[in-house]
Amino acid sequence: MLRSFIPAIALLVCLPLSAFAHKVWLLPSQTVLSGAEPLVTVDAAVSNDLFYFNHFPLRLTNLVVTAPDGSTVEAENQATLRYRSVFDVPLKQEGTYRIAVNNHGLFGSWEENGERRRWRGTPETFATEVPADAKNLQVSESVGRVETFVTNGAPTEKVFDTDGKGIELVPVTHPNDLYAGEKGTFRFLVDGKPMAGLKVEVIQGGTRYRDAQEEVHVTTNAQGEFTVEWKEPGMYWLETSAQDSNTQIPQAQNRRLSYAATVEVLPQ
Amino acid sequence: MLSKLPLALVTLCFVLPVVHRATAAEMEVRVEIPRLNVSEYHRPYIAVWVQDGNRKVVSNLAVWYQQDSAGDEVGTKWLPDLRQWWRRTGRSLDLPVDGVSGATRPAGTHELEFSHSDKQLSTLKPGKYTLIVEAAREVGGRELLEIPFSWPKDKPFKEEVRGKEELGKVSLTLKP
Repeated sequence: MLRSFIPAIALLVCLPLSAFAHKVWLLPSQTVLSGAEPLVTVDAAVSNDLFYFNHFPLRLTNLVVTAPDGSTVEAENQATLRYRSVFDVPLKQEGTYRIAVNNHGLFGSWEENGERRRWRGTPETFATEVPADAKNLQVSESVGRVETFVTNGAPTEKVFDTDGKGIELVPVTHPNDLYAGEKGTFRFLVDGKPMAGLKVEVIQGGTRYRDAQEEVHVTTNAQGEFTVEWKEPGMYWLETSAQDSNTQIPQAQNRRLSYAATVEVLPQ
Repeated sequence: MLSKLPLALVTLCFVLPVVHRATAAEMEVRVEIPRLNVSEYHRPYIAVWVQDGNRKVVSNLAVWYQQDSAGDEVGTKWLPDLRQWWRRTGRSLDLPVDGVSGATRPAGTHELEFSHSDKQLSTLKPGKYTLIVEAAREVGGRELLEIPFSWPKDKPFKEEVRGKEELGKVSLTLKP
């Protein structure tokens, strides 16, 4: 019984560990737009398959939409449904928008009356919700980002300014300029520095209609860069994660980092 | 009963510009939009451009799209459907572009003519190029045709290709 709760708790905490095989994603209705004031509508979910709403909605508490000029804009019509969350983003400016759910929190477990207790929360709730004398207390900090990008007009790069927290994606190839038959290169930073050796998984959407996920594995090089060859047009999900002990919250002994993004590859 | 005078005037209006342009044109592009028997027909969006060997757009010849419409469905909303054109040049243009942007055209053959002195050709350096015609139609398909050519020409040149769905015959004529 308890086992079935573990994935649920993990996703509520933040991003699931890759071991749980849940995929966290934001899916925009389209990524390349034009017109007087185009609008995208976005689905946000946690699922086993890409891109199907069959498990949990992604909470929008930490949703941040960044406009091409770097300002933050409010997502409209936010709603959390049974299997997905939804919202609209009007693209009043020309250029690239970043739509992101950035989570940063604590995940703890300890023994109480012979049973394992699990807890998630923030540094503020830690003191009141976790007993001071908790036995075998383990606390980990988690920093997770789920992102997607949409562009009105020509792509711009201001939204890729980094804040030096957790895993961040920096484009070498712009994520709204990906085409089948070409390659896309991106750089991953951890705490603002290029990170070598990150294992990146890339999966094309439409997994329900394939026998296998057909995921592609690549690893970042010394510059933190990895390259993906796009064989077919479609929506793709890319994910990476890491663990270290560079905690920023003092109660935690270790830190889990994760990053997931949805990108669209267009036909030639 | 129709008077003959207006009819003659109308005829002249059609004939005169063609005669005038034919003497001046160094480049002539003909684009045929086929008549399609479909239940929901929309005129296609069409872009015509010249690109160099690196797929860089060196000259935008035409882009035909819905210029105005009722409600908020502005015509520019669908320009990214001209996928290649949008990527290569459209997304960084400030539309409409003088002498390039125009309204969608009906089925039939449409002519574009340019002379050396036109801005579309005056900047072309000697070299190899490709003429591209891309069409995208709402609730329809997309088609892209290419005609490679070199510039300038010391002999008359004519090449034509034929589309399968969204485009009919597309021809390029170059004169020395």
